[in-house]
Amino acid sequence: MSQPFRLNKEGLINRNKKISFTFNGKKLFGYEGDTIASALIANGIHLVGRSFKYHRPRGFFGAGVEEPNAKLQVEFNGHSEPNVNATEMELVEGLSATSQNCWPSVNFDIGAINNFLKMFFPAGFYYKTFMWPKSFWYKIYEPFIRKAAGLGVASIEKDKERYEHKFEYCDLLVTGSGPSGLASAYAAAKNGAKVILAEDKPRFGGTLLTDDVSIDNLSGKDWAEKIINELKSMPNVTVKNRSQVFGYYDHNMLVMFERVSDHLEKKSKFTPRQRLWYIRAKETILSTGSIERPIVFGNNDTPGIFLSAAAKEYMKVYGVLVGKKPLIFTNNDSAYETALEFKKNNVEPIILDTREEHSSELIDEAKSKGIDIRFSHGVIVANGYKKVKSAKIGKLNKDKNSFEKIETVDCDCICVSGFWTPSVHLASQSGNKLKYEEKIDAFIPDKKKQHETSVGAANGSFTLEESLKNGFENGSNLSAKITDTKTEITIPNVNEKKYGAHDKFWCMPLPKNENPKRFVDFQNDVSVSDIEIALREGYRSIEHVKRYTTLGMATDQGRTSNLNGLQLVSNIENKIVPEVGHTTFRPPFTPITIGTIVGREVGMEYMPTRKTPMHEWHEKNNAVFVDAGAWKRPRFYKQGSETLFEASKREAKNVRENVGICDVTTLGKIDIKGPDAAEFLNRVYTNAWMKLPVGKARYGLMLREDGIVMDDGTTTRISENHYHMTTTTAQAANVLSHLEYYLQIVWPELNVNVVSTTEQWAGAAIAGPKSREMLSKLYPDLDVSNEALPFMGYKEAEFFGVPSRIFRISFSGELAYEINVKSDHGMFMWEKMMEVGKEFGNQPYGTEALSTLRIEMGHVAGPELDGRTIPSDVSLNGLVSKKKDFIGKNSLGREAFNVESRQKIVGLIPIDRKSSIPEGSHIVQDQNAKLPNPKLGHVSSSCWSVENNNPFSLAIMKDGKNMIGKKFFAVSPLKNKSIEVEVISSHYVDPEGKRVRS
Amino acid sequence: MLYIKCPYCGLRAQKEFSYGGDATVKRPNINEEVSSEDWDNFVYMRKSPRGKHIELWQHIAGCRQWIKVQRDTATHEIFQTAKVTEEIR
Repeated sequence: MSQPFRLNKEGLINRNKKISFTFNGKKLFGYEGDTIASALIANGIHLVGRSFKYHRPRGFFGAGVEEPNAKLQVEFNGHSEPNVNATEMELVEGLSATSQNCWPSVNFDIGAINNFLKMFFPAGFYYKTFMWPKSFWYKIYEPFIRKAAGLGVASIEKDKERYEHKFEYCDLLVTGSGPSGLASAYAAAKNGAKVILAEDKPRFGGTLLTDDVSIDNLSGKDWAEKIINELKSMPNVTVKNRSQVFGYYDHNMLVMFERVSDHLEKKSKFTPRQRLWYIRAKETILSTGSIERPIVFGNNDTPGIFLSAAAKEYMKVYGVLVGKKPLIFTNNDSAYETALEFKKNNVEPIILDTREEHSSELIDEAKSKGIDIRFSHGVIVANGYKKVKSAKIGKLNKDKNSFEKIETVDCDCICVSGFWTPSVHLASQSGNKLKYEEKIDAFIPDKKKQHETSVGAANGSFTLEESLKNGFENGSNLSAKITDTKTEITIPNVNEKKYGAHDKFWCMPLPKNENPKRFVDFQNDVSVSDIEIALREGYRSIEHVKRYTTLGMATDQGRTSNLNGLQLVSNIENKIVPEVGHTTFRPPFTPITIGTIVGREVGMEYMPTRKTPMHEWHEKNNAVFVDAGAWKRPRFYKQGSETLFEASKREAKNVRENVGICDVTTLGKIDIKGPDAAEFLNRVYTNAWMKLPVGKARYGLMLREDGIVMDDGTTTRISENHYHMTTTTAQAANVLSHLEYYLQIVWPELNVNVVSTTEQWAGAAIAGPKSREMLSKLYPDLDVSNEALPFMGYKEAEFFGVPSRIFRISFSGELAYEINVKSDHGMFMWEKMMEVGKEFGNQPYGTEALSTLRIEMGHVAGPELDGRTIPSDVSLNGLVSKKKDFIGKNSLGREAFNVESRQKIVGLIPIDRKSSIPEGSHIVQDQNAKLPNPKLGHVSSSCWSVENNNPFSLAIMKDGKNMIGKKFFAVSPLKNKSIEVEVISSHYVDPEGKRVRS
Repeated sequence: MLYIKCPYCGLRAQKEFSYGGDATVKRPNINEEVSSEDWDNFVYMRKSPRGKHIELWQHIAGCRQWIKVQRDTATHEIFQTAKVTEEIR
């Protein structure tokens, strides 16, 4: 099988290694070092896709990131990835690529009918046409347009690949390894700076690989290789290919996307697919080069039309001819190099130069080689549907708006060059306001905003000599400031061809009665007439024209279209380009995978998992876990085929009747020490703390400054100046920051220290009428009587030889204790409790039973303390001291907090005593009232009361205290339920609190 | 991502810090009478300046100290950082 467009010798590919792949099912081969694009062109394939709006046949236009057309669905290494740039993706064995946005096939695409209806699809078409009737948008228009305009298909398989993030710091980051980048990196490295050199492509060297130049008597390619090898050998330099710096963020942080293994056939298990680098650089060299600008002409999107530099790159890097009968259409000298390269490979090009006959080094060379050059000429329209067959060319009159002569010439490709556009994306992202450089008709970076320095073509210098000088000087000066070392470097001798001036000509006029589409933005199908319509309809700001026409809004970010679009607007508006301004550049420079952004934070690694020391026991005993922040807590312990409902009822009932133990390790614990600790607590909590004796615990309530309840918990006085505070699991981190805020900023005069000890203690609650008996077995030598260890009492004692803390506190409302031991002893404690508790009918209980117990007792928790309630709303005003000041006290006097009908916590039971009330239900007077039905409150927590054997809920209700005894409806449209309920006290069980004190 | 100089730990990435709002707000003294207006100003009223702003950050994944940061709210430029006990002018 031969490749008809592969040259025999040229190129940097490895001809010893063939790689087979398929394109739209057809088996093909390429060589190691090929991209999908170069391999397809070598095989003579140009038609690869259909355009977004008109479904016009499209081929390759560029040879790298600038490519607007050739986006393929690619399957490789077990992935299926949409919108892959064929000009960037390297061939890998077994790869299979297919065309997108065409049905049934790229050769016969039904959507192409849009192309013949194009007069009906002008700019703003979607906005204008699909506005009426409004209800049609979601159900009919939008899905249809999506289907018709679909790009590739995202995989629905789980991504099994590994992606990594890396944080790196350096003195100098160099983005791009063309001549100026290499020079900068080299000079900085010689000064001893820590340098990272990033190159987007697989090969280092940038234009040195394709330009006919010599440096110190070496070819550009050899010089680049020499410098790269020297840089690689230096310990202070990191050199990365296949790595694109795509974003410039605040404080000189740049983000780089490294394609680690997409090009590898086999890789080791832990090699990531792609890696995201967060690089904090002291200085940044932006040596991102420039991208060739096209000239706009009729049917300029036909397959076989290339940027002229891309055509040269295919020959020099991949040994591939984009055609054998080329037309070169240019307004400047650089395309002559492409023509000479064709000539060198025995292909006869015709050059159409929009400039009048003149002479320059390159023009003279082309003439001397006998190349057919036609001055004042340009392509009017390309002929051929799926591939260029010929072109109508015209000799321009002096005004360049009409033709002296029109003729048709045969050709199989057109290489177009409209001069060069510096890649200023990163500079712009850094905050740099760009300025318009008249000399090159393009924007270049202006004054530095961060630590960015643009060099070489990215800064508008298009000669090798200038780029190298620029690079060496900036690399040396910027790094010398950091390393305080300056190594002298002689700037090498350069041999390059001198370019003449370019022509300010970017859009070919059309002869009368001809109206082919002239595309400005290929990827979004925006043509000259679309821009004209937008302006005619009154759009003036370039940002509006952009959005209305979608010019430059595709994934290629208008790399080949922005300037031509601006030029058109400025011509029509009779303004100069800098007055029109430019649109904003935003990261990422090219699309990057979601996997890379996410990195390792997927599945189990999405966030850290916190396990209590007893976790393994829970696992072994069929615990079903629930996430509480990062913690895993047993929700219930499943016995046989029990459901959550059955298990939690059993566990809760057992606590009410016998005794149960619950892992409460996750509660936040804060150690508070210092002579002013009591005073501090007195300010932090709403209740009084000055007189709490040593060895006693107290329940406390904390407010925010706006009077809203922040958290609750018990704090125990361990010794004179030492307290142990507990917080809810969810608020542990916030409460610590809150305490630190007041100690460090508001009351630094208080001598108090706080530290989190959540991880230091394992905790277990023993709750139930038999808990004291069980406790006495756990502490045989300790007097645990109600007198010796009363409610809110505290003792320290040995737990089978292990130091422990005993708190007589209760969340379940039963007689209960909490035991804390050091985390390392947590499992020992738990197993001992299970063993000793057997004779009392002890069972472990999970968070679901815990909730049931607290809800029927009317104890509030997170759902009631929801950031909207003040103490009286949740019946905790008894804890609010009138005598002292505390955080948030002043806010409690606010009018709205004290109105008669203020919301308040109540209890709800269904009238039928059977129907469970969904949490989140709204309480309404009339379930059939017209919407919006006035809401009187909401259901915060629901349970099945094990004490009374019927459903019971807590609710926050407007004017709650006057609602007791009344009947309402709890409606949950979400669950499609409406339940008639009666309002009762929130304390459903043991309202006097006798049990905890028993 | 901002690069914030903690006065205790040195330059650290923003992800180690959490934001704490305007640093120039002073809480009325505890145990002292305060007018409703002063209290409301302290709890609710904040300026949202474009430009220089002195704000609080806490180095939560580091030394846990609250610090002052003078930052430009439009450009994110950080002019100065200080301990909360120090003045930023």
